Amino acid sequence: MHPVLKLVVQRIALGLVLLLIISVVIFLGVEALPGDTAQAILGQSATPQALENLRAEMGLDQPALTRYFHWLGGILTGDLGTALTNKADIAKSIGSKLGNTLFLAGSAAVIAVPLAILLGTIAARYAGRWPDKLISAITLTTISLPEFVAAYFVIFFLTQVFPIFQPVSLVLPGMGFWEKLHAIALPVIVLVMVVLAHMMRMTRAAILNVMQSAYIETAELKGLTPMQVVWRHAFPNAIAPVVSVVMLNLAYLVVGVVVVEVVFSYNALGKYLVDHVTKRDLPVVQAVGLIFAAVYIFLNMAADIIGILSNPRLRHPK
Amino acid sequence: MRIPISALIGLTLTGMFLFVAIFAQWLAPYAVGDSSGAQWEGMSATHWLGTDTIGRDILSRLIFGAQITIFVALASSILSFSLGAFLGFTAAVQGGWIDQGLSRLVDLVMAVPSLIIALVVLTIMSPNLIVLILIMGLLDSTRVFRLSRAVAADIAVMDYVEAARLRGEKGTWVIFREILPNALSPLVAEFGLRFIFAVLFISTLSFLGLGIQPPLTDWGGMLQENKIGITQGKSAALLPAFAILSLAISVNLVADWILTRTSSLKGGRGG
Amino acid sequence: MSEQLDLMIARVRKGRMTRREFVGRTTAMGLSAGLAGALFSKAALADEPVKGGTIRAGVAGGQSTDSLDPALAASDVPYMINRTWGETLVDVDANGAVEMRLAEEASSNADATEWKFKIRSGVEYHGGGTVTADDVVATIKRHTDEKAQSGALGIVQGISEVTAEGDMVTMKLTAANADLPFLIADYHLVVQPGGGVDAPAAGNGTGAYKVVATEPGVITTFEKHANYWDSSRGHADTVEVLTINDDTARSAAIQAGQVQMISRVDPKIVETLKGDAGIVIERAAGPGHYVFIMHVDKAPFDNNDMRMALKMAVNRQELVDKVLGGYGSRGNDFPINGAYPLFDDSIEQREYDAAKAAEYYAKTGHDGSPIILRTAPGAFPGAVDAANLFAASANAAGIPLQVQVEPDDGYWSNVWNVQPFCASYWGGRPVQDQMYTTAYLSTADWNDTKFKNAHFDELLIAARGELDAAKRKGMYSEMAHIVRDEGGLILPMFNDWVEGRRAEVAGWIADPQGTLMNGTALNKCWLTA
Repeated sequence: MHPVLKLVVQRIALGLVLLLIISVVIFLGVEALPGDTAQAILGQSATPQALENLRAEMGLDQPALTRYFHWLGGILTGDLGTALTNKADIAKSIGSKLGNTLFLAGSAAVIAVPLAILLGTIAARYAGRWPDKLISAITLTTISLPEFVAAYFVIFFLTQVFPIFQPVSLVLPGMGFWEKLHAIALPVIVLVMVVLAHMMRMTRAAILNVMQSAYIETAELKGLTPMQVVWRHAFPNAIAPVVSVVMLNLAYLVVGVVVVEVVFSYNALGKYLVDHVTKRDLPVVQAVGLIFAAVYIFLNMAADIIGILSNPRLRHPK
Repeated sequence: MRIPISALIGLTLTGMFLFVAIFAQWLAPYAVGDSSGAQWEGMSATHWLGTDTIGRDILSRLIFGAQITIFVALASSILSFSLGAFLGFTAAVQGGWIDQGLSRLVDLVMAVPSLIIALVVLTIMSPNLIVLILIMGLLDSTRVFRLSRAVAADIAVMDYVEAARLRGEKGTWVIFREILPNALSPLVAEFGLRFIFAVLFISTLSFLGLGIQPPLTDWGGMLQENKIGITQGKSAALLPAFAILSLAISVNLVADWILTRTSSLKGGRGG
Repeated sequence: MSEQLDLMIARVRKGRMTRREFVGRTTAMGLSAGLAGALFSKAALADEPVKGGTIRAGVAGGQSTDSLDPALAASDVPYMINRTWGETLVDVDANGAVEMRLAEEASSNADATEWKFKIRSGVEYHGGGTVTADDVVATIKRHTDEKAQSGALGIVQGISEVTAEGDMVTMKLTAANADLPFLIADYHLVVQPGGGVDAPAAGNGTGAYKVVATEPGVITTFEKHANYWDSSRGHADTVEVLTINDDTARSAAIQAGQVQMISRVDPKIVETLKGDAGIVIERAAGPGHYVFIMHVDKAPFDNNDMRMALKMAVNRQELVDKVLGGYGSRGNDFPINGAYPLFDDSIEQREYDAAKAAEYYAKTGHDGSPIILRTAPGAFPGAVDAANLFAASANAAGIPLQVQVEPDDGYWSNVWNVQPFCASYWGGRPVQDQMYTTAYLSTADWNDTKFKNAHFDELLIAARGELDAAKRKGMYSEMAHIVRDEGGLILPMFNDWVEGRRAEVAGWIADPQGTLMNGTALNKCWLTA
């Protein structure tokens, strides 16, 4: 087997093993969460009796190991059980919300990633001159705003000053693709603002780092234009750190956007997880936790594999 | 050595922020919890920058907020960088099972939603500033680890590193003398951003009850307290945002300057 | 003058002027308040309800954990949703009187230990079939069953026996209660076919609107129930309840016209919304209140001097001004205000008095260690601000009060009812008996101040069976004094309902009983344009 292929296969196998280990960690970690499900569900208006009833019903009397294997078996057969709080079928609830989460993350990523790399390359090409400084200033501004502030600004300008969009991102089944896209325009704008700077600045730094190397000088001596040098020689060699940061931001777009979901009342997984953590609805927390973990592991794996493939020395070992 | 004008601005502003943070107790005109004014007063001689949602002096709270914000963000970024970069380089240089072990451990920590991690930690420790810094530093170090490892993996297979190893240099020597100087620019760029994330993260943690306890405050927390005023253009909401922005820009101006300096330094050893 | 008056009447018709504003302006012109009120009612009613259209309400307080099971409702969004598709036997109207809904008549025996409700005939469920007395009995029994986890368990426990005979439901009580209809009006007690035992969360009720689709914590859509029995309700063709938990997004949504009414307008944003000609701000002074509760059985709060010191150290007016933005009124450390029948308004208002507070504090001989007041952003809106203001005014009186912010997550299980001093809220109840029984009776489940006073308990029980209103009022007044001067309750403010509607929404009535016209706004309002 080609050593690179071996590395890649190894990496994928490790990812799967890791996922299994994480399922144990999540299961136990969630069980160890402080607080009482019954009290959390009933809130301030809980009577001691109602509390007792609820605790009894949830039947947490079996040993943890039995429950873990029962849970794992359920996941493998696509049965995630029902939520303790509202008895809803978890797999069904997750289905639509996961779609919405990926739709929002995907839309933001499709804009943000190419834009960040393009801006980062331009900034590197004109390092220290005005395009670089302008791009830096704008991206630093957007990244310095907490998400909810960025969201409020966007709401203020795009629903009130220029009423183009609606503040609540209502996505309903039966809506067309473009209709949905219009509905989520505001959260997409906010998310692009939030993740752009990180990827752009890393692209710029990584390219500048490579630009000092001897082979870049060779390329320059060959008479290539500066932009050609950047694209053909510097960027391919700067890929590893850029991919690493792009991966972090993609993961963030999937698992970390609960604030944006709340502000725009967007029906997605982040809010679903937080609501159920608050109510200590363990089956839901465990299921969503595992999905988020799988997303991270998949993206980390992808980044590592791209890293392996992009490294010429690893690709062609001596 | 000639310092470019942008770096000069960055250094001056950063210095100013540090000065304000260190001497907050002597600089602030009011006590941090003093709510003697009316709600959302405009700028006046008694309250230079106006008052906030419950009538506290904004200038005083910004000054005290600088102390907490800068201290916590700096401490946690330094922690995450020293830990994350060291482990990342070690993993890349040593390779083998050390690399696999560390990488998968980091994957594991990153994969569990941080909300769950933070809540579990909360049961073990009571929330205070040190716990706050530790949690932020440790969670962030996983991200630094991934970046450092990615950068160092490329460098670790270079001729000059192999030459050093053939000479019989130890792992730490390789890390500090060969890898670090050549990996510095992406890391410095990352530091500038991680610092901002830390500033913003402090206020996010208040949701978990890990935040800053009143009457103390941080800039992100001030934004939270006054957020209803953002779309109404109230200074109580806009000034903390402006403070975070100025801090972010000045720190990154300094980072950019360091970045260009290190880029021009490293050629000798790397080549 | 008449020209001006016509103009104002026209504004009322368009829904651009509230009753308060109208009466204020016309009395300033020389009209008597009574005449002004009558004119307003006439003007407001002059337009017949317009049928058709879609009304959307943006409501705060919904989660993806919500359910359509009325027994489980515990926050504003499920409350509003359930009130839109379901109905109770009786209701409490905007004036605090009992209004007949699925019951046509309610009557009791002489000592109020047995109540009879005659069930309205021919009322259809959305899923077919009509309401029977058996359904009502089954509903009450389901809520009595501890497995249902009903929020109304405490209420129905007082019913020892419930039986059906023809169209008559009889409820026998464990003890006399002249206020039973008010209790039965509780929003959890929605009548469902078969009591909702088989499908508690089916959303199948008798309300003006039937559920088309529901996505918990996001949106619930309804369409008009074609055979609805009450022609005075249900004017729009379709209505929707959107969960919008973020304050800024909610007000932006009504400004953008994405929704036609919103709950919980932050007082700090009222002025901005008022500047928008398309929006009308509605307010109603209700029984809801924000509180700081001390456990009277734990040090240092077991010393009444300490409790009095802290009660004297709250600057109530400042809290009303800064936390409620003026949309509320000062509290007097007992949980009753003018929204309740038989309220004694002659009880002296407690004021901030740093000197007196210091005096009481000195008497306690407290060692000066910090007194911790726990709060959380979600304890009530502005709870952290309120605690900070309390601490500042107490510190000024030399009391070492210190605020500790706790996580929202777990607040009601780890802090409230556990820690001796914390922030909390009460939504209020329609009658005094229910409020005191819920939280101040020695044996009450939710006695969150651990207040136990034998004389108070005697008065409370006696008042239930007392049919002479004047005597009853006297008893309630005495109870108020006991709680105010000895209890563990610090009640600095009663909060108003502050809500917004678009000007084209007509039929709005200020209702102090609950949010969005006691949950009936979508049933009662219509669109003029």
